[in-house]
Amino acid sequence: MPDATKTAAAIEDAIAPPSAAEPVKPAKDEARSLWGDAWRDLRRNPYFLVSSVMIFFLLLISLFPGLFTSASPTVGDLQHHFLGKPELGNVGSEGWLGYDGQGRSVYSRLIHGTRASIIVGVCVTLIVTVIGGLLGMIAGYFGGLTDAIVSRITDIFFGVPFLLGGMVVLNAFTDRSVWVVVFALAFLGWTQLTRVMRGAVITIKQADYVHAAKALGAGTTRILFRHILPNAMAPVIVVATIALGGYISAEATLSYLGLGLSAPTISWGVDISGGVTQIRTAQHILLYPSIMLSLTVLAFIMLGEAVRNALDPKLR
Amino acid sequence: MGRYVARRLLQMIPVFLGTTLLIFLMVYTLPGDPVAGLFGDKTPDPATLAKIRHDHGLDKPVLVQYWDYMTRMLLHFDFGNQIRNGRPVTDVLAAAFPVTLQLTVLAFAIELVFGLGLGIVAGLRAGRLADNAILIFTLLIISVPVFVLGFIVKSVFAFQLGWIEPNVSNDQEWGELIAPAIVLGGLSLAYVARLSRTTMAENLRADYMRTAVAKGLPKRRIIGVHLMRNSLIPVVTFLGTDIGALMGGAVVTESVFNVKGIGGTIYESIVRREGATLVGLVTILVLVYLLTSLLIDLLYAVLDPRIRYA
Repeated sequence: MPDATKTAAAIEDAIAPPSAAEPVKPAKDEARSLWGDAWRDLRRNPYFLVSSVMIFFLLLISLFPGLFTSASPTVGDLQHHFLGKPELGNVGSEGWLGYDGQGRSVYSRLIHGTRASIIVGVCVTLIVTVIGGLLGMIAGYFGGLTDAIVSRITDIFFGVPFLLGGMVVLNAFTDRSVWVVVFALAFLGWTQLTRVMRGAVITIKQADYVHAAKALGAGTTRILFRHILPNAMAPVIVVATIALGGYISAEATLSYLGLGLSAPTISWGVDISGGVTQIRTAQHILLYPSIMLSLTVLAFIMLGEAVRNALDPKLR
Repeated sequence: MGRYVARRLLQMIPVFLGTTLLIFLMVYTLPGDPVAGLFGDKTPDPATLAKIRHDHGLDKPVLVQYWDYMTRMLLHFDFGNQIRNGRPVTDVLAAAFPVTLQLTVLAFAIELVFGLGLGIVAGLRAGRLADNAILIFTLLIISVPVFVLGFIVKSVFAFQLGWIEPNVSNDQEWGELIAPAIVLGGLSLAYVARLSRTTMAENLRADYMRTAVAKGLPKRRIIGVHLMRNSLIPVVTFLGTDIGALMGGAVVTESVFNVKGIGGTIYESIVRREGATLVGLVTILVLVYLLTSLLIDLLYAVLDPRIRYA
């Protein structure tokens, strides 16, 4: 079904960057690769700078939460129950973002919950990129019956509504750790990248250098990984980066619905879900994880846009 | 044209069967037992368990169950009964679907009108202030997860300003559904705006645009006919596939605003492992998705006369 393939492209177009960066005339006529060009472009893009600083901090928080808070995310003191309103002046202290219904520090849970979101986002994206990339390459390069089979299987998985399918898979597990959520999202998420990769490979395999490599007697593996893959990576990287934000958001949505991560795991989605019941009395329980979640998604979408801006020669 | 439609309809059959089979396998082979769940903490009599299983056909192999389910559904429009209370699934769906449909229609209308509107404004003023404002606004909308957006709308407009009721009443009046529809359609609205902005900004530089201006056509016609018609194809593609996505995504919005549509039914049937209900729901969603994508392909020919279906 070609139309659905177009959707992926359409979504990708939809998040198209703001007006193209101004063309930069290189001082000398030096030959630069697509990646070299892209890197030059990226360094000038404010979206890229802002998002990479944000992502750097998110990674730092998820690797070393102890650097940011010494308060425990799991120990609650019930004397703070409901009365623990935020004291915003006291930046960084245990109670500056208030306490949740169990009297636990919202700030500490915010810091310690970062890891779950980052792990889910990064791992799902990696798995999906590898599976989708391989399947897309195989389908696009070999064509014919192989392509037909892979494409139909992709269509079938694509037809299952993403959130709904994730809920069904997750409901089968009683102990839902981060890895279960990663599995559930990857199980349904690989279709988008398969389609992107397949489209890219179909265009590239017509190129002269591929015919030349074939004529010189290069093996299939060599052609695929040395000649086709490096040239087909650009759209895949863009879609994967933007999708990363989407997976983080999907994890939080599933946790909010009560089918994502479950209690001992600390996650923004779990906290938001817990804060819903107190939306009228203690909005801070809901508010801060929501802000953190949105900022994280924003960071990855901005990064994806900046990379897209840099890699798409049409926009230069 | 007729042959093209027939061919496309035939191509849909394997995808339709595959998707329903996949969801069927997911529901019935993953661990969990809906019949044992009926008894709560008590240990049921094995004979009773076996009897209930037999009545629902759950003792047969999964593929046989799938075959029975599909033949009954396609030939008699019978989706089976719920295990919990014996209510026919068609009744459950008939009660829940119209509500979600109402919400989806409203969300789609908002997405279409405001998404296209913002996209046109931004596209015609590419690079200027209005364009940048719209781009940043849509970027923010895309980044905020749907349920967070729902809570923002709910706490600002219901709790602080008191303009809307926090929960939708059982009568489902159109007015009450506006806020949930904005939340549901918000993400797609941003996509539509960005997509139409990009294609319009690109097409503004096209040769036919210069020709149209040179011919001295009025501006209304240049933008309304020449530019719009050429820019709409990717937007229409997105809009079409989005109808199914909106209906599936309604789970979250409906839970935030307490709308009694398919969202609650989906959640309940997943948690209670009501396979028949869930597969029935997904079947309808898949059908909506497949038919709208066919419809869109046919719309291409209307928008772009160069596309012909032999």
